[in-house]
Amino acid sequence: MSEDILNRVTKVTVEELGVKAEEVTVAASFTEDLGADSLDVVELVMAFEDEFGIEIPDEDVSEIKTIGDVVNYIQKKSGE
Amino acid sequence: MSFQDQVVIVTGASRGIGRAIAAAFAAKGAKVACVATTLANATATAETIGGSARAYACDVSDSASVEVLFEAILADLGTPSVLVNNAGITRDGLIIRMKEEDWDRVLAVNLKGAYNCTRAAAKPMMKARYGRIINITSIIGQTGAAGQANYAASKAGLIGLTKSIAKELGSRNVTCNAVAPGFITTDMTAELSDDFRAHVEKSAPAGRLGTPEDIAGAVVFLAEASSSYITGQTLTVDGGLSL
Repeated sequence: MSEDILNRVTKVTVEELGVKAEEVTVAASFTEDLGADSLDVVELVMAFEDEFGIEIPDEDVSEIKTIGDVVNYIQKKSGE
Repeated sequence: MSFQDQVVIVTGASRGIGRAIAAAFAAKGAKVACVATTLANATATAETIGGSARAYACDVSDSASVEVLFEAILADLGTPSVLVNNAGITRDGLIIRMKEEDWDRVLAVNLKGAYNCTRAAAKPMMKARYGRIINITSIIGQTGAAGQANYAASKAGLIGLTKSIAKELGSRNVTCNAVAPGFITTDMTAELSDDFRAHVEKSAPAGRLGTPEDIAGAVVFLAEASSSYITGQTLTVDGGLSL
């Protein structure tokens, strides 16, 4: 897992959700552990899109539940 | 000066109700973005109302233009606190004679225009945890009108849009309400017959047609910070005509 991507995902998550960096673990679920509601998830996805210059289609969003999921997804996307 | 330095966007600001709304916010200290289809018309309003009003040209039915518009407003004035979706047109005709292009154009400006602008404004408002979105509908959206199927449908659509946005954004302290004017003295109602005018004056408890300022007053009220517990509502401002 890329440290660089993880750090940037953590930074964006802390900014968007107003959570502490130590709460943002690889296994942390956005909705269950980090208190995100459906609007937060949409805002996060848009923030990740901006940060990494990618597009995350709606059908992929449902697959992304944890910080680790995002890092793997972005890694895969940018490797393409 | 309850709106001191707040950024207020008013579409359809060149004439009638939109111009009165823009003027009302400017008088209360807001930085008003006056949006109209031509820059000359938008500038005329911005110069009349003074203060720090800025003029912008945009066809609100075109989503790409609206994106450019909001980028410019954000850069020039900052995060919007208030969006007033006022831009509206009529292309009247009985349904059996109504051309598809007249249906499409009215829905595009009146309803899709509000969708375009709301979508663009919602993101910065959500981030700021503050916003007031106000859609100018019409009593015609509630009652219907012969010869105005397109207009009535667009205005009824705005009421559904208002309620949905209120539900989506309520948790972010962004409210969305509608104002439904009755018969107001504007260019749009200038073609009404004298008979109809007399009928309104007789039927409305207020005994007169409304003025654009009557509508602006209601819009300002809904945009106040203190109106934060009012959302998803349609405020009818018709002198009691619909009673």
